Amino acid sequence: MYKYDDYDQTIVDERVEQFRDQTKRFLEGKLSEDEFRPLRLMNGLYVQRHAPMLRVAIPYGLLSSKQLNMLAHISREYDKNYAHFSTRQNVQYNWPDLERVPDILADLASVEMHAIQTSGNCIRNTTSDQFAGVAEDELEDPRPYCEIIRQWSTFHPEFSFLPRKFKIAVSGATNDRAAVQVHDIGIYLVKNEAGEVGFEIIAGGGLGRTPYIGPTIRPFLEKKHLLSYLEAILRVYNRHGRRDNIYKARIKILVNALGQEEFTRQVEEEWEHIKDGVMQLDQKEIDRVKSFFTMPDYDTDASNDNTFEQHLASDKAFANWAKRNLFNHKVAGYKAVVISLKSPGVAPGDATAEQMEWIASLSDQYSYSEIIVTHDQNLVLPNVKQADLYTLWQKLSEQQLATPNIGLLTDMICCPGLDFCSLANAGSIPIAKQINEKFDDLDYLHDIGELKIKMSGCMNACGHHHVGHIGILGVDKKGEEHYQLTLGGSAEKQASLGDRLGPSFAKAEVADVIAKLIDVYIENRHEDERFLDTYRRVGMSPFKEKVYASH
Amino acid sequence: MRVIKESKVVEDNWTLVREIESIADCPAGDVIVPFAFWQENRESLLANNYRHAIWIDGDIETEAVVDDLSHFDLIALDFPAFKDGRSYSHARLLKERYGFNGELRAIGDVLRDQLFFMQRCGIDSYELRHDKDPEEALAGFKDFSVRYQTAADGALPIYKVR
Repeated sequence: MYKYDDYDQTIVDERVEQFRDQTKRFLEGKLSEDEFRPLRLMNGLYVQRHAPMLRVAIPYGLLSSKQLNMLAHISREYDKNYAHFSTRQNVQYNWPDLERVPDILADLASVEMHAIQTSGNCIRNTTSDQFAGVAEDELEDPRPYCEIIRQWSTFHPEFSFLPRKFKIAVSGATNDRAAVQVHDIGIYLVKNEAGEVGFEIIAGGGLGRTPYIGPTIRPFLEKKHLLSYLEAILRVYNRHGRRDNIYKARIKILVNALGQEEFTRQVEEEWEHIKDGVMQLDQKEIDRVKSFFTMPDYDTDASNDNTFEQHLASDKAFANWAKRNLFNHKVAGYKAVVISLKSPGVAPGDATAEQMEWIASLSDQYSYSEIIVTHDQNLVLPNVKQADLYTLWQKLSEQQLATPNIGLLTDMICCPGLDFCSLANAGSIPIAKQINEKFDDLDYLHDIGELKIKMSGCMNACGHHHVGHIGILGVDKKGEEHYQLTLGGSAEKQASLGDRLGPSFAKAEVADVIAKLIDVYIENRHEDERFLDTYRRVGMSPFKEKVYASH
Repeated sequence: MRVIKESKVVEDNWTLVREIESIADCPAGDVIVPFAFWQENRESLLANNYRHAIWIDGDIETEAVVDDLSHFDLIALDFPAFKDGRSYSHARLLKERYGFNGELRAIGDVLRDQLFFMQRCGIDSYELRHDKDPEEALAGFKDFSVRYQTAADGALPIYKVR
């Protein structure tokens, strides 16, 4: 993984001192709450329902075991022994004291981490595919480009006060696991007709109140132009994005208002001025950054193991887990292991200090000391030998980390909701709990197969409900928590926004309604057809009829 | 005006006129006038012997002022609220693209914690918000010693330096 040089470390260290001073000035009364707010936000510090919430950046979701141990340490030392992994591959602490946040940042800096630009109207953490570097369907590892973008976007002097937050995602694989098309800028690594690898650039996607799948504004961009092209998009947005209405300030609104063609024309015109300038990336820098993302020394004998097959045959619980939680690796004899943070009874994405330390230690033993946070709020050990899988599974089970539900109904994406967030209209975590209680039959869950439920406690859509196969949106209906459902959303390559099922439901009804939707799916499905595919084939009517007929 | 310039707090001869109706109301001396006022009264203003300056905010396109650049000794860029970042783009475009070699001045909601960014975008002088101590704010220029990106301050992208 990327290793800081003196420049990188200096910036992070100086940031700690800057924020320490800003906090001091705030506590001394020299900065008003209004003045301090944007400063703390640019450092990921919110004031929430109960206490401040600190969001720490995990660039493109990649952690070393040392870093994960530090995250565990911070949760013990400054918080309540747990942390929450977010849909943006970041991590959040719900209970730190404002006065001690500078010390947390100093601890983070000691392991090459920070909270820079994890909130505020600036360029946020660049996200990516959780299987980057090991996926079979990958054209090229996207992470070096994420790192190059991270550095360019860090304290960018022109783009630190944008109309609204700005999120960039990069994927290098055929299958999109990074929800690229619903980002402010989405980037796919692609090959052109000449066989060169470059970037397809998408702009103006997003969720929130007005969801859009972003259009492609440039089908192919040479690698050397990456940063100048991003700069051109950002400059057009900074100058012309709306600032009069917070709900219309994202770049998606600008792209839609101008039209894709006019927006693209403006970007290209801006880019013409700067493309041949000093921003051009040279191959030397690309190679330098790439050199940090090399393959480990894989064991060439790994695929000669036959114990894995034996355990699959003899232990059904292990086989269930293997079926859902393993991902094919590009090297024979290896698997990427998904550690579920969706065990029943736990808020989706939460991990205790003990669990984090446990995972860090397992990654040292079995996966070259690397861990990846997924945008589905799980963790990945990317490089595990198949011969080690059975032992690893047993060890994960000891800490309730082996729930065999990846991609299943109970592997929900869920925002913190009313329990923690001051924006929420309704709870998310209690609904997750309700669904877990309703669907506790593992065989049935496996029979239902892949089903992505995504849940947000308000219109801001942090839980990505628009792109859930089943989306759940919490709304306030005359002071009561109600839930609106959407069907057919997806953030994959063939992206789609969910269609609204109909009137909202009371809190107690949600899991029952989902059970009915699943009945309709089971009645109608063709062999090996996912819920999403059945929905796309049969449409809304049968679902609607079943749910509202008996309602 | 009392401003920060070249890392010092100094008093200079410019007067900022936020709003003005008629040329008869224009004070004598070096005056910074709204761009719209400049457009309406260009000939009369050019006829006086003072230095000329305008102020603009993000509602005005940078390109709109470009033809007149040679007349200006100073352009003031307004930050009506510090979270309105449009003037950062003004600054870079004026300095880097349109070759403005007069003085760029930040006015409005100008605060210590933005000075580092403003300086990087090519702003030369700063009228700090009046309730803030400009001497204390000087520290803001030194927040960071490393710059990742190129900007109007002549810094090369870090990858050309490594």
